[in-house]
Amino acid sequence: MWTFFHKLASPKYFYDISGRLLPWFATATVLLLLAGLYQGLWVAPADYQQGESYRIMFIHVPAAWMSMFVYMLMAGAGAIGLIWKIKLADIVAASCAPLGASFTFLALVTGSLWGKPMWGAWWVWDARLTSELILLFLYLGYIALQSAIDDTRTAARASTVLALVGVVNIPIIHYSVVWWNTLHQGATVTKMGTPSIATSMLIPLLLMALAFKLYFVTVVLLRARNEVLKRESGSSWVKETLDIK
Amino acid sequence: MTLSEFLNMGGYAFYVWTSYALAGVILIANVLMPMLNARKQRRELIGKLRREGSV
Amino acid sequence: MPTPTLPNLALACTALLRRDLTLAMRHRGEMANPLLFFVLVVSLFPLGLGPDSQTLQTIAPGVIWVAALLAALLSLEGIFRSDFEDGSLEQLLLSPHPAALLVLTKVIAHWLVSGLPLILVAPLLGVLLNLPTAAMGALLASLALGTPVLSLIGAIGVALTVGLRRGGVLLSLLVLPLYVPVLIFAASAVADAGIGLAITAQLYFLGALLALALTLAPLAAAAALRISVS
Repeated sequence: MWTFFHKLASPKYFYDISGRLLPWFATATVLLLLAGLYQGLWVAPADYQQGESYRIMFIHVPAAWMSMFVYMLMAGAGAIGLIWKIKLADIVAASCAPLGASFTFLALVTGSLWGKPMWGAWWVWDARLTSELILLFLYLGYIALQSAIDDTRTAARASTVLALVGVVNIPIIHYSVVWWNTLHQGATVTKMGTPSIATSMLIPLLLMALAFKLYFVTVVLLRARNEVLKRESGSSWVKETLDIK
Repeated sequence: MTLSEFLNMGGYAFYVWTSYALAGVILIANVLMPMLNARKQRRELIGKLRREGSV
Repeated sequence: MPTPTLPNLALACTALLRRDLTLAMRHRGEMANPLLFFVLVVSLFPLGLGPDSQTLQTIAPGVIWVAALLAALLSLEGIFRSDFEDGSLEQLLLSPHPAALLVLTKVIAHWLVSGLPLILVAPLLGVLLNLPTAAMGALLASLALGTPVLSLIGAIGVALTVGLRRGGVLLSLLVLPLYVPVLIFAASAVADAGIGLAITAQLYFLGALLALALTLAPLAAAAALRISVS
């Protein structure tokens, strides 16, 4: 098991194995997306309170979950790269960032589109939306820091420190925003999701969540493979790979 | 649900379909970018290696 | 290498503190800039929103605190920039003393020079914005607890960007999201005190943030410095 991880850290091995796994992840993603969309848009019944607009949830909630999940992964991969000095971990962390930011942005916009029919305003300083907004800033800061530093190794280490500081701060920021929100909110607020969710709505939600996860793996593999080729361009196995096909 | 009901989404068509369309755009863009990048990078790397004389 | 004994470390920190304070005193003019900025920004709000005392009273806690955040941000570069440029930062990191404690010392020096003046000027700004007298104590308490946190968290951001040529705007992007909890609890404390509510919860949270920042921020900043300097 340990040798598997050791081998995985080798860029060449990673490139080979990811190349073989990629079609499977991609296919699974597409299948799950189709299943989720079918269940969410067609099969699941309308909500008695929110009508059809609640279907935005099937995009909004998985996107929000992914935005958090990807950040943790980004920080974790960065930490592995920092502590054990594994280049591939740095590459994975860097590949996560734009995707995480995309998910956060998607969560924000779909939240806004859901909020408009529900709460009547394009933007509300709801606790979750506000936390997501700050998370977006954290992602953008990470990406900005990485691109500002020229040396890839230094850039990876610096942005990892930032990501780890962010990880400590995210619960604090989230808690403070929730606290702030309960202070300033009116007495009546429609909650975005009912605490006990009907099975017919839970299924598409989970399908979409899983689809988003596999999608994430697919894209990270794609990005990481590009990075690996770029950084290892001097080595002989890259030269061989480029000439094949 | 009939097809017209499906498209109308109970009057919320704009909100629902914009959300899904935006999701589609973002998901497709995030897949296309690395794929296009791969092709471009491949060309550049082959060119660079040829210039260096190692290929 | 001799293991640093406790007296050695204390001496090193005192020496560093004295050095930083002396250097800051020599550039007293630069010290004044963030302070003037603080006063100016707060003064802009009545000019922009109108002099209605009720409005000013409502926005006073938030405005004073946002201005404090921005003023703290402005002053941050001073922590490491000049040391980075003349090479003394590297020397600091090479010393046998734990870098985190040396960083903490520098942050304390920075706070004395930039945070403390903000606290002293704040009552004046409260008066400008018609802050109720009941809230003045809360303003001072929140600033006393909050400005060190701003310096500590800011130090991490500066440590990450000190090696960059134009790190200024990037610094704001990195640090401001991390400042949000301080802003929320501090502004809430001042606002609640103004209407007579208890503010123990907010003060406890600010205290907790301070404790967390005191322990972890120097470590993160030291790590970031090593990375930036390498």
